[in-house]
Amino acid sequence: MTRAPHTAPDPHTIAGPHRIAVLGAGVMGAGITALALGHGIPVLLVDTDEERLGRAHDDIDRELRMAQLLGTLPATTGTGALEAATTTDGVGDVTAVIEAITEVTELKAKALADVSARVRPGTPLISNTSSIPIDELAGHAERAEDVVGTHFMNPPYLIPTVEVIRGARTGDRTMTAVGALLTALAREQVVVRDAPGFVTSRVLHPMINDAARVVQEGTASAEAVDALMEGCLGHPTGPLRTADLIGIDNLVDSLRVLHQRTGDEGCRPCDLLLDKVRQGELGRKTGRGFYAYQEEN
Amino acid sequence: MSDFDTEATEKEILRFLEARTKRAWETDTDLFASGGLSSLFAMELVVHLEKAFAVSVRGADLRLDNFRTVESMTELVDRLRTTSAGGTGA
Repeated sequence: MTRAPHTAPDPHTIAGPHRIAVLGAGVMGAGITALALGHGIPVLLVDTDEERLGRAHDDIDRELRMAQLLGTLPATTGTGALEAATTTDGVGDVTAVIEAITEVTELKAKALADVSARVRPGTPLISNTSSIPIDELAGHAERAEDVVGTHFMNPPYLIPTVEVIRGARTGDRTMTAVGALLTALAREQVVVRDAPGFVTSRVLHPMINDAARVVQEGTASAEAVDALMEGCLGHPTGPLRTADLIGIDNLVDSLRVLHQRTGDEGCRPCDLLLDKVRQGELGRKTGRGFYAYQEEN
Repeated sequence: MSDFDTEATEKEILRFLEARTKRAWETDTDLFASGGLSSLFAMELVVHLEKAFAVSVRGADLRLDNFRTVESMTELVDRLRTTSAGGTGA
């Protein structure tokens, strides 16, 4: 069992109020920030790219409104305060750091090393990754026991379950703290062991790669593949619409990591995915991927 | 507001819906009922109403029920335009 017992005291009363730092203002960073703010938790959002920080404000606002529209936020809690910064100077007193930068091992390792030198020891350093083994990242932090992985799905406010990855060196205290934070965010956690792609990416990403390959080979259109996966197999959105939601560049990065580390040829990103990345058709975030998302007015 | 044009508002919302969904809709059809649109589409409706009618949908008005039918959206736009025309801003 990975869930805290129902008799556990409210995490707010034992640990004081949460205040988190989110590193990276991309799709996931903005989404996790919106989820936290919507549950009344203040967020320091850090990104070195000032322009992206600016865009993230709009994204976060849109996601908060969408969450409210769909009734997925607590009605009584006020929205947490958002602070944005281009450096990690202000992370000293946060209760947790969620790192959600680009899915490249070296960049994530560097970010964790930097931030671990600035926070109080024992502050959980949560790496949000879809496939990089947590223990590899943990070695770059000052205290490997503080490092834990999460894999939030997009959009975080809509998906009730979070995959939590316990690295070989992750401490019990860190596991407890991450559980308390997820409880405050009203997410269910499922804890799994550290491995390339963990569970969800290891299963889902090669399947999306195969779905794209089927389109590449001319067997069926993207619409037909999704319609079959939805209508016959009960997939909620279809694999290729999911690829557009993940971001095709992120998907390719993740498939490369999986391919390198498992040797599974099914994880080698297919040509159609690579073409889409070259053409900048990255999915929803660029307005076009397997589908077009332009607004028509 | 006496100058609110219900018919023109409904027509504009229908036009947007048909352009985006490639199908025709009645003003009293529940857009999100079974066989209808994904509730995720509601946010597109919010954004479009704000742009097309210069209103701001905030707080308690962000409820799916306000976007279920063309009629309910038109009522919302009417109410929000009246509020902002009254000088309270948005």
